[in-house]
Formats: sequence, structure tokens, C-alpha cells
Amino acid sequence: MINIIINKISRFLSGIGHRMIARVWRLGAGARLFILAIIYSGESFKRFHLTLREIYFTGVMSLLIIIVSAFFVGMVLALQGYNTLQKYGSSEAIGVLVALALVRELGPVVTALLFAGRAGTAITAEIGLMKTTEQLSAMEMMAVNPIARVVAPRFWAGVISMPILAALFSMVGVLGGYLVAVPLIGVDEGAFWSQMQANVDVRADIINGVIKSVVFGVACTMIALFEGFDAPPTAEGVSHATTRTVVISSLTVLGLDFVLTSFMLVV
Amino acid sequence: MERTKIDLWVGIFVALGAAALLGLAMKVGNLTSNKIGDTYYVSAAFENIGGLKPNAPVKSAGVVVGRVAEIGFDAKTYEAIVTIKIDKRYEFPKDTFANIYTAGLLGEQYVGLEAGGDEDVLKSGDKITQTQDAIVLEKMISQFLYSKASETDSNKDAKTPASAEPVQGKSTELGDAPF
Amino acid sequence: MTSNIVEIDNLSFGYGGRLLHKGINMAFPKRKVVAIMGGSGSGKTTLLRLIGGQIKPTKGEVRVDGHVVHEQSRDGIYKLRRTMGMLFQHGALFTDLSVFDNVAFPMRELTDLPESMIRDLVLLKLNAVGLRGAHKFMPTELSGGMARRVALARAVALDPNIIMYDEPFAGLDPISMGVVCGLIRSLNDALGATSIIVSHDVKETFLIADYVYFVANGEVTAEGSPEDLMQSTLPFVHQFVHGEKDGPVPFHYAAPDYRAQLLG
Repeated sequence: MINIIINKISRFLSGIGHRMIARVWRLGAGARLFILAIIYSGESFKRFHLTLREIYFTGVMSLLIIIVSAFFVGMVLALQGYNTLQKYGSSEAIGVLVALALVRELGPVVTALLFAGRAGTAITAEIGLMKTTEQLSAMEMMAVNPIARVVAPRFWAGVISMPILAALFSMVGVLGGYLVAVPLIGVDEGAFWSQMQANVDVRADIINGVIKSVVFGVACTMIALFEGFDAPPTAEGVSHATTRTVVISSLTVLGLDFVLTSFMLVV
Repeated sequence: MERTKIDLWVGIFVALGAAALLGLAMKVGNLTSNKIGDTYYVSAAFENIGGLKPNAPVKSAGVVVGRVAEIGFDAKTYEAIVTIKIDKRYEFPKDTFANIYTAGLLGEQYVGLEAGGDEDVLKSGDKITQTQDAIVLEKMISQFLYSKASETDSNKDAKTPASAEPVQGKSTELGDAPF
Repeated sequence: MTSNIVEIDNLSFGYGGRLLHKGINMAFPKRKVVAIMGGSGSGKTTLLRLIGGQIKPTKGEVRVDGHVVHEQSRDGIYKLRRTMGMLFQHGALFTDLSVFDNVAFPMRELTDLPESMIRDLVLLKLNAVGLRGAHKFMPTELSGGMARRVALARAVALDPNIIMYDEPFAGLDPISMGVVCGLIRSLNDALGATSIIVSHDVKETFLIADYVYFVANGEVTAEGSPEDLMQSTLPFVHQFVHGEKDGPVPFHYAAPDYRAQLLG
């Protein structure tokens, strides 16, 4: 009886150990892919139209979802903010609230989460299918390096697209907040903008937001690329990899956000 | 033929991004108001600067004329040395008075300059001698309570009917602990 | 030194201690069509990957044009691969590119030819496989046979010395099969290349091959011209060539005694 229990416990523990080792292995493999993508970037920059094409697929195609969600997020922020601020008689501060929330946090973070769902899954599924249908092998046999041809352009497209999308998100969000606060609720327009301008700092808030979104861009794109590359070449494997892209990207973005924010607030 | 369409869209995308970033900097952020042209530096010593921070505005008659450049501490006099940069367009007399004010009851703190009547003007590196410290809310409350407490103690028997009642209530509620 | 463009010398390869190949020797003379035949899972495709340098042998070596493949640097392998073309089992066309761009892909990636010349070359290659009219299609709009022919055009895009075919006949209807079959032979002769066909379709392979290797259990069990092999009395070859159900390759996968397993 005791033997059975000990047996079960040890099997449970070794299961955890195996999983941890597998995680660490994947982390290492992902880091290697990242370094290779950087090394072979030069080759892919020579034909920049490849990267342009990927910017089109990851960035331009994500415009609609980013703009629509930013608009709603901005409007909700203004409504919720007004509800609380007016109790303290400082409803003009609504502009500050909306702008700071968007520029510092929601812009980069929500954009990264939407990006992981919209563009990240597309990247993983595409590369996973390219692997499944031997397109990557075919490329290698043609003496074309898949990292330079497939990975690097997508990587740079993601890194370039993310800050642009995040900036758009913040700007559209502020406009959404403006529409609710000024015409709808009736906050004074001058107070709305001037309070905002007095309290949003270009370096501490806007530039830091851009830095965040660049980091998120690197993380999300790299995770999506790695999951695609690492997917077992089956339909099931690709579908699992796509799910993992969303889960891991989202968790990574939220975790990184905490780390980055703590750095930025201390400095 | 398809490639040019993609190029066009990517161009629009990047332009939108640049416009959004510019809009954030100009319309949302303080890039425009932050712009003070050439500046000169003036320092002032304060016994207490409260919550004044670098980059806080320097105002005269309510208009922003400069920014706080640096805050230091003089270990000999135990005073705070605040260096402020003022726009070259504005000249202030030597006997200008520097105060630390608070915007609103709980707002941010800024340096207020009140021009004096001297003929000579402040130059870069000069020191403002006449300063007034920041008003620290805790200090003010304790002073107020202390004075009220001693007042009520001495007036205990007199009992001025109009004001004694609420003040007494407050002093027992808040005033006991600090003293 | 010899007229063999590819030589496989005492090659062993395996995953994790289990050997898939045990000391294989093969030679592929220039300008010939050589077939490697064997049942599913006998490691035929792996042989092609070893020749292409995608994996390294456990023991022995593969020489392409006198160069030992696994001793080459990355650049060296890429240089060797530029002289090879490969047709993958299901074509492996790039699904995000049109037929034209698929065939143009190796030219654009590996050469500095002007676009006008690439256009002429692509149309020439597509014409050779009879699909010049389909150059605007996307791969998903093609039938299996057409996709295979486009992939063939892409494999020979840079006029390779060695063309490798991985199951070129698998999953094709008889007409397409005949077309692909004829193309392999005619392209080989037109380009003066060497073709290596991995297949298990006896009829088509024997029709075009000059020489055939039989692989089973990780070893070369028989070799010779198609005519010789048709007459072969070796039990395995006989079973394979004539498609008999049972023989040296058993119908049943190794299993415990049926009666014992059923009765538990």
C-alpha cells in the first residue's frame, strides 16, 4: 500500500521534472532561433520587399481590430473615469486619466494581446503548415536558408508593426475618450486637453510606452515564430502550437509589462 | 502589380503610425508646452522644499517661465539648493522673491517668482536670496491644532459660545496623539 | 575519378541507437536514372536527406561529386545543394506564391538574373512540363498531378546535375502518373542530369530506371537493371515486384501468439 503511494508520488514528481526540463529546453531553442533570426537579418534586409509584405500581413491587416477596440476602450475609460472623478469634483481630470492609462499601459498591453491573437496565431499556423507540407525542407534543399527567408522578415515586421499599432491604439483611444467626455458628458474641452498636456510627459510616458511596445513586439513575434517552427508536423500539432502562441504570448506580455513598469517607475 | 499595392498599404500604415505618435506628443503630451528656448540658470536655497520635483514648472504671475533643473542639498547649511532654468526672454530683478507653492490643495508643487524693484537683473549663476519655503500640510495642521489646543486650554472656563464647541471636539479627536 | 556523381559508402544511420541503415553501398552514375525501391518505412526518403546533407550519417559517408557531404561547412553544403533539385513527396509548393513565383523562387533567391530573363526561363520550364498556361494559378487551385509537375519545373529551375524524386508517383491517377513518368526520363536526358528516384511503384519505376536498388531491413538486398530484377528469384524481390501479400515481408506485424492473446 505504502509502496503504491510512494510510487505514485515519485511518478508525479518526475513528471513535473520532465516538464520543467522540456520547458527549459524549449526556452533555449527559442533563444537560439532568436539569435539566428538576428544573425540572418542582414540577408533579409537586402530584399526588403519580403519584410514589407509581412508588415502588410501582420500590421496593416491588424489595423481594423486595433482601431475598433481602441475606440471602445477609450470610451469605456472615459465613462468609468467620469463616474469616479465627479464624486471628487475633478471631472476635468478625465483627460489625464484616459491619456495616462492608454499611453502607459493599455496601449502597449492591449495591442500586444490583440496582436498575439490576430497576427501571432497567423504566423504560427502559417509556419507550422509550411513545415507540415515540407515547404521549409524544400527551401533548405534549394540552398535557401528558411531563417533568412521566412523567420527574419516576419520577425522584423512584428517588431516594426507593434509600436505603430500601439501608438495608433493610444491615439484612437484618446479620441474615443474625448468623444465621450466632451460632447456626451459635457466636460469642458479646454480643461480636457490642457490637463492632459500638463500631466502627460513625452519622455516618461509616451517614449516609455513606445519602448514597452517594441519589447512586446519582439516577444510576441518570437514566440509565434518559435511555436510554428517547433510544431509537430501534424494537423493536431499545428493547432496546439497556435493555442500555445496565444497563451504564452499573453502571459509573457503581462509579466514583461510588470517588469518594465517597475524599471520605468524607479528610474 | 500586387507588390505596389502592398507597398502603398504599408506606406499608409507607417504614415498613420507616425501621425499617431506625433499626435500623442503634441496633443496629448507636453512637448509643446515643454519647449522653452534658450535658458539661464539661477539657484535658490530653501529650508524645506516639500514635494518639489525636477522639471516642475517655474511660474511668474501664473505664466510658466521656466522649469526646475536640479535639486541638491547643501550639507553645511542643511538647506535645499534648487536650480531653476528661466527662459532668456524673461528678465527678473535681483531682489526677486522665490516661493514654493502648491497648485490647489493637493496638487503638484511649483516655484513662483515675484518680481522685486531692483534695477539690476538676475544673470546666469546668480542666487535668489529671498525665498519662502513650501507649505507642508502636516506641519500646518499640527501648528493649527497646537495653537487651538492651547487656546481652548486657557479658555476652558470662559467658554466662548460660538466657536469653542466644534474646536474642542476636534482637539480631543485629533490633537491628543501628537503631543 | 569515376563517372559516379553520387556515391554512398558503407553508410549507417539511425535515430537514438536504432539503426535505420546498416552499411549501405550505392553508386549513381552520371546521366542515368537510378531507382531506390523498398517498402514503406525502409528509410528511402532518409537516404535522399542524407545525400542533400540535411542530416548527418552515424557512420560511413556520402560523396557528391567527390565531396564528402557531412564534412562540408554550411556554405559548402549550400554550394552542393545548388547543383541538386528535389521533388518532394507532395510537391511542397509554396502555398503563398503563384505557380510562376514558385518556379521563379530558386532563380530569384540564388541568382542575380534580371526579372525579364527570369520570366523567360520560368515560362520555358513551365512549358517543358506542359503548364505554361497555368502560370497565374495559386497552388491550391491545381490538381495533384499538376502540382507535381509544377514542383518538377521548380526542381529543375536551375538546371541541376542531380535531381532527386521522393515518391513522384504517389497518389496520382494513371494518366498523371504516365505524364510524370515520361517527364522524369525526358528531363533527365535533356538536362544531362542524374536522377535518383525513391519509389515503391514497381511498374512506372521499372519503365524509366536504368538501374534499381532494393532496400530492406536497412540493407541493399538486391540491385540490377529492371530486366534482371523482373527475373530475380530472390524471395523478397519476387514478392515486391509481383506484389504478393505474404512472403519474406510478413503480412503480420510481429505480435504475440494470436490464440494466446485472444484467450488472455
